[in-house]
Amino acid sequence: MLSRNSHRAFVFLGLFLTLFLLTFADAAVQRGGRIAALDENARLVARLGLTDLCLFTEARYTRHPSQADLHTAFQDHPIGLEHFPSGTLLPPPRNLASSYENLDRKTKSAD
Amino acid sequence: MRTWIEKQKALIDFTLSSLARRKLKNLGLLLVYTLIVFILASVMLFTHALRHEAAQVLKNSPEVILQRMVAGRHDLIPPGYLEKLGRIRGVQKKEGRLWGYYYDAVVKANYTLMVPAAGAFTAETITDGSIVIGAAMARARGLTPGNLISFRSYSGRLFSFTVADVLPHSAELVSADLILMSEADYRAFFDITAGYYTDIALSVANPQEVRNIAIKLAETLPDSRPILREEVLRTYESIFNWREGIVLVLLSAAILAFAIFAWDKASGLSAEEKREIGILKAIGWETGDVIKMKFWEGALISLTAFLLGYIAAYLHVFRFSSALFEPVLKGWAVLYPRFELTPVMDGFQVATLFFFTVFPYTVATIVPIWRAAITDPDAVMRG
Repeated sequence: MLSRNSHRAFVFLGLFLTLFLLTFADAAVQRGGRIAALDENARLVARLGLTDLCLFTEARYTRHPSQADLHTAFQDHPIGLEHFPSGTLLPPPRNLASSYENLDRKTKSAD
Repeated sequence: MRTWIEKQKALIDFTLSSLARRKLKNLGLLLVYTLIVFILASVMLFTHALRHEAAQVLKNSPEVILQRMVAGRHDLIPPGYLEKLGRIRGVQKKEGRLWGYYYDAVVKANYTLMVPAAGAFTAETITDGSIVIGAAMARARGLTPGNLISFRSYSGRLFSFTVADVLPHSAELVSADLILMSEADYRAFFDITAGYYTDIALSVANPQEVRNIAIKLAETLPDSRPILREEVLRTYESIFNWREGIVLVLLSAAILAFAIFAWDKASGLSAEEKREIGILKAIGWETGDVIKMKFWEGALISLTAFLLGYIAAYLHVFRFSSALFEPVLKGWAVLYPRFELTPVMDGFQVATLFFFTVFPYTVATIVPIWRAAITDPDAVMRG
């Protein structure tokens, strides 16, 4: 059966394809098992009033990117540019980057 | 049909023998190709799962956070500010929050210190002098419930706390660096007098009203900055966006490498390959057969690379906690959460990855072959 190269190739491809499809099955099983943990985390966020994921703890604007202000990149002095490694991974928060929904900029009096 | 299948099988047999003749070169090619798919698929799976996790978990964060800005920077909410807000229609609850950062010189880590909202923990858990800590912080300092820990405050005084509890490991993605303490301890530790708060959290009854309430807040208190929950969620929707930051760098490097690779293939054939085509045509192969043979070559290599790269990426992200990304994500930070992401895959993204990795390579293999295959075998063999 496996005497021909083409047959061997089909067996290998079939095996890889099965493994590929199994990743989706494995994901479904894992998702089912993690529902409780996700709900628990969501409850903790509600109880403590948390606003951000704890991904980067090195700088305050990467620990809480959603709470960062416009001037965090220059936090040390006016030309003190971004220097934390995680700052290169994380784009500025959407509410600072997009001006069309920046509510504080819509106030009549100057900030 | 049967004849057609047999013919294709014969072509594949020949293609594989031809590939085996240049074993080292083709294995190297497969390895590089698999690696490119692995990197792209890992980034794709990780970012998609992380965005999904953030959306699921942060959907319960406060509807509106009100910060006070002084000279463009976040400042403390002074006494009387909460009262100045008055009664805004639609606001169910307004509550001053106390939270801040502390740098622990012992392990060179940053912690987030926070006073939990009233009723968030049972009264006996967080009393004055006791704290509840995040799992990563407990790991960094080797703490378990009942242990004592001392911190030197910014005023120079030493404060000792008893660890009442450690937050569960499964919650590390949101609480790895947290230290929860009583209001009295927080105020004493940071020397913040009564009446001052870090920011204000507002609960809004009707989600449709949030935007109007934010506009009213900005009008009532011009020095304030409202941050809406939808803005928080949007921030995490765009986290590791493919158009921004390191993902773009990574992606462009991988795509550039792949483009050079495909260009090399498309721009010309080696003398050996040309000779092979010439011989095949001389012994009676038709142009269509030569193209079909090369199609199988491209399809077999790219399909194998895609499947292997994707399976390895899945295992890396969802079975080995994205271990290869840890040094990149950690940066200079000491505390890093250990988290298992819920596997969520976007079928469209997987299909896009398949299309952009398998299709161009297969086409890039066929085009030069077609050029060589339509020329006279004698001319091809003579080079």
